Amino acid sequence: MKLELRGITKRFGALVANDHIDLVVEDSQVHCLLGENGAGKSTLMNVLYGLYEPSEGEILVDDKPVAFRGPSDAMAAGIGMVHQHFMLVPVFTVAENVALGAEATKAAGFLDLDATRAKIRDISKRYGFDVDPDALVEDLPVGVQQRVEIIKALVRDARILILDEPTAVLTPQETDELLEIIGELKASGKSIIFISHKLREVKAVADVITVIRRGKVVGDAPPSAAPADLASMMVGRPVSLTLNKAPAEPKDTTFAVRDLTVAAPNGQRVVDGVTFDIAQGEILAVAGVQGNGQTELTEAILGLYKHASGSVTLDGNELLGRSVKDVLGAGVGFVPEDRSHDGLVGAFTVAENLVLDLYDRAPFARGLGMRPSRVATQAAEKIAEFDIRTPSADVPASTLSGGNQQKVVMARELSRPLRLFIASQPTRGVDVGSIEFLHRRIIAERDNGTPVMIVSTELDEIMELADRIAVLYRGRLMGIVPGGTPRDMLGLMMAGMTAEEAAAHEAPVAAGTGAAGADDDGAHRAASSFGIDVVTDDSDSGDTHG
Amino acid sequence: MSTATTATTRPDEAPEEVLAPLVSWKAPIGLGILAVVGTVMFGVFSGGKSAAFGLVDTGRGASAVAAWLALAVAILAAAWLSYAWFRARRAGHGPAGWIPPALAAAVVVFVLAVLGVAGVTVITLGARLIGWLSAVVMLALAGWSAWLAPRGHKLPRWGVAAFAIAFLVGFLVWIVAGGRDATPYISLAGLLAGAVTLAVPLVFGSLSGVLCERSGIVNIAIEGQLLMGAFSAAVGATVTGSVYAGLIAAAVAGALVSLVLAVVSIKYLVNQIIVGVVLNVLVVGLTNFLFSTLLTANPEGLNKPPHLGSIEIPVLADVPLIGPILFRQSLVGYLMYIAVIVVYVGLFHTKWGLRVRAVGEHPQAADTLGVNVNRTRFWNTILGGAIAGIGGSFFTLVAVDAFSKEMSAGRGYIALAALIFGRWNPIGAFLASLLFGFADNLQSVITIIGSPLPSQFMAMLPYVVTVFAVAGLVGRSRPPAMEGIPYVKG
Repeated sequence: MKLELRGITKRFGALVANDHIDLVVEDSQVHCLLGENGAGKSTLMNVLYGLYEPSEGEILVDDKPVAFRGPSDAMAAGIGMVHQHFMLVPVFTVAENVALGAEATKAAGFLDLDATRAKIRDISKRYGFDVDPDALVEDLPVGVQQRVEIIKALVRDARILILDEPTAVLTPQETDELLEIIGELKASGKSIIFISHKLREVKAVADVITVIRRGKVVGDAPPSAAPADLASMMVGRPVSLTLNKAPAEPKDTTFAVRDLTVAAPNGQRVVDGVTFDIAQGEILAVAGVQGNGQTELTEAILGLYKHASGSVTLDGNELLGRSVKDVLGAGVGFVPEDRSHDGLVGAFTVAENLVLDLYDRAPFARGLGMRPSRVATQAAEKIAEFDIRTPSADVPASTLSGGNQQKVVMARELSRPLRLFIASQPTRGVDVGSIEFLHRRIIAERDNGTPVMIVSTELDEIMELADRIAVLYRGRLMGIVPGGTPRDMLGLMMAGMTAEEAAAHEAPVAAGTGAAGADDDGAHRAASSFGIDVVTDDSDSGDTHG
Repeated sequence: MSTATTATTRPDEAPEEVLAPLVSWKAPIGLGILAVVGTVMFGVFSGGKSAAFGLVDTGRGASAVAAWLALAVAILAAAWLSYAWFRARRAGHGPAGWIPPALAAAVVVFVLAVLGVAGVTVITLGARLIGWLSAVVMLALAGWSAWLAPRGHKLPRWGVAAFAIAFLVGFLVWIVAGGRDATPYISLAGLLAGAVTLAVPLVFGSLSGVLCERSGIVNIAIEGQLLMGAFSAAVGATVTGSVYAGLIAAAVAGALVSLVLAVVSIKYLVNQIIVGVVLNVLVVGLTNFLFSTLLTANPEGLNKPPHLGSIEIPVLADVPLIGPILFRQSLVGYLMYIAVIVVYVGLFHTKWGLRVRAVGEHPQAADTLGVNVNRTRFWNTILGGAIAGIGGSFFTLVAVDAFSKEMSAGRGYIALAALIFGRWNPIGAFLASLLFGFADNLQSVITIIGSPLPSQFMAMLPYVVTVFAVAGLVGRSRPPAMEGIPYVKG
């Protein structure tokens, strides 16, 4: 099915989210939309899916103009969407989720779930999905939930499938499986719109790449385009994709975690016997799929959990069991993973947010009173230093873009002398340009001699920053490996193998794929000619689709 | 390939065992306290007296036909259920969730029918014997629960049920034997029938809550809907002279209260709890005003509704204990049973129900699949209001033959508790309402025969039960995820 968008414009008040976007998706084609967060990709797809009405422009399906008044119209026209945040009811079974909205019924509106189950089995078999129709969705791994979303679209006879940032929540292995599934869907005649900001995947899967920046189409590119070119198209200026950081020079080990265990209210051990050290001047990056205890690990160190046992020492002092204020007082800088929820008070001004943890001490306070002039001076300094794009220091922090909000949090946490710096998802939802800046600040803090702990679910970020990498799986440490460890091995560890098992598993696989070695070399040569560190390109999946 | 360096913790067990739950002592401690209290009260402080329980309504003879009929039905049902259970076992999976309780019910009916056939109308139980028996059962179950806890297991459901029954039997015998007479007597049939009667408005109220909250609208205004229903039923039935017109007026009035709730919370996104509370106060004020002006001025013309009598189904109504509960009810009572079944089947077995539940759990998901979230919520709230309104008509058409100020007396809030106790499930809410109705009725029955507890404490009973129930005695109950959160697109 051919899909064409002509001059689609979507305005929210004064904000133009999409500005005269033209896009043609051909039959049996994987069309990638590449753009930064906030570039307007998701808005465009929501327009296409009937969730938003376009302010201007028209949508053509097979060269006939259509108007979608709601998602049901879009679905009827053969468009299916897998949202970035899954639209699945967690307490429903797979069959109930698939049935919802397109229910098979017997007489008098009674549900006929057996019919739905049969359809799910049918589709599962055809594409090798392995999904149990009677499983509760909340019990399923994220990768399987995504397949349920795809099944939902296929059951409704979707001929165009929109995948919105589908790999954001997947392990590298799950990502490979998804790319394979996309290949099969394409082979069976479906068109796919693949939305992402990750160059690696886009290059692996795309037939055509359209780059979007600030709501406008910047241009098309073939999948063979150089990553650096794609990146600069996305950002609008040349960007360097590698930090080229100096090797770490670890000094004394001042931060030690011993046998840390955190129990959730329901009794599950969400962090289970985790032990590691971080030396001054070293970055330890904690990798893992979202929800494997990273949040709890960092928050336990900060003192947010009562049911934490073990020991956390900084400069020889025990932190566990002390109040958050004491922990911060001991020199811990903490960037929480959800900045709008935990990192900022959205209604407070930028200036106030910059002194959230310093407001009660000199120079910002004198006795019971605060000193607004000093707060303002501080704000001016930090806004300049961190290049925070804000109309003034006195606007509410919630009005800033994600990247700038993150800079506010980072600026605040780095504005006092630190003995330990912890940052969770330091660049989540941040544009490529700001990522580079924030990464450099983190490296600078390391080079200052601070032990740094980074938690990230983005392998790219882990590879970029880490001197050593710790992998968490279901609250347990699968091992600590040196920075630069191949992605595949990290992926296996993220899926529950220990470092030794993963190493043992990797070796025979490497031997087995020796036949495809020529291809791999090609990829590497190409990569090095880009000046990009793509040591462990997902060449397996590249082969299947290339 | 690199080698792993530094502090690598190698988990000893397989990763699957990582999530071993910590030991929870909540259940053993709770059961233990109840068992000890039960032992002291029912065992140690049991008098030497006996308690007599009447199985047949006072003033009615036992009906042999009904007893035989019940016996036959019970045997057939038990046989069929056992077969279903057996077959499920053979097929290698457990029986469907409803089979064990249904079988238990069939056995109870069987025992009652045997008693009926044998012509037994009164059972007399020695307080000391029964007290100690129940104490032993409770202590044993509490002990078992404590033994299971460190092994990561919980008391099976039938164990919990057995504990509850032991406590209830012990408590009943103890409190009745504490009466003034030499062998105090209560009519068990009357106690249960009264419990169901008292539960009628609660059941309607909690069904209203189920309908609203499953779709994501918090309905605190059940109290107001009941009261408005009671008022409108009284006035409507008096003016038209027809109880049916009264019923319809009650449904419309309840729906109107809901209309305000729906419009204000869905369109204007006002906090639903606050709207609900305000509506309750508003309805109290409105009905009080109208009562003291209009109704007091013209009670004959406005506040003298015809009575909605009970309809008795011949023979079946004479089955001991169960007959009066199921087959000697007012129209509103029968409507209650129908409503419970319809709401249950509707919510869990129809397209409509699937959409309603989806809207309450994940409105965005429903929206992206073409379900109109706010329209679903709106109509569910209106329907809930109508149901609560019919429940309110019970006060003026069945219980008392006139409207009086604030006659719903907080039952809307108890219905809300029944809804939570019943885990947002129509059947659960129905059973919880029955429990509250039972506690309520027991209180009044016991006050008549005299009891070892001061009557004020007895009057607290329904509310104590409510507090324990809502505090999570039944385990963690999970409300619809998006309850109370308005849905705004975009």
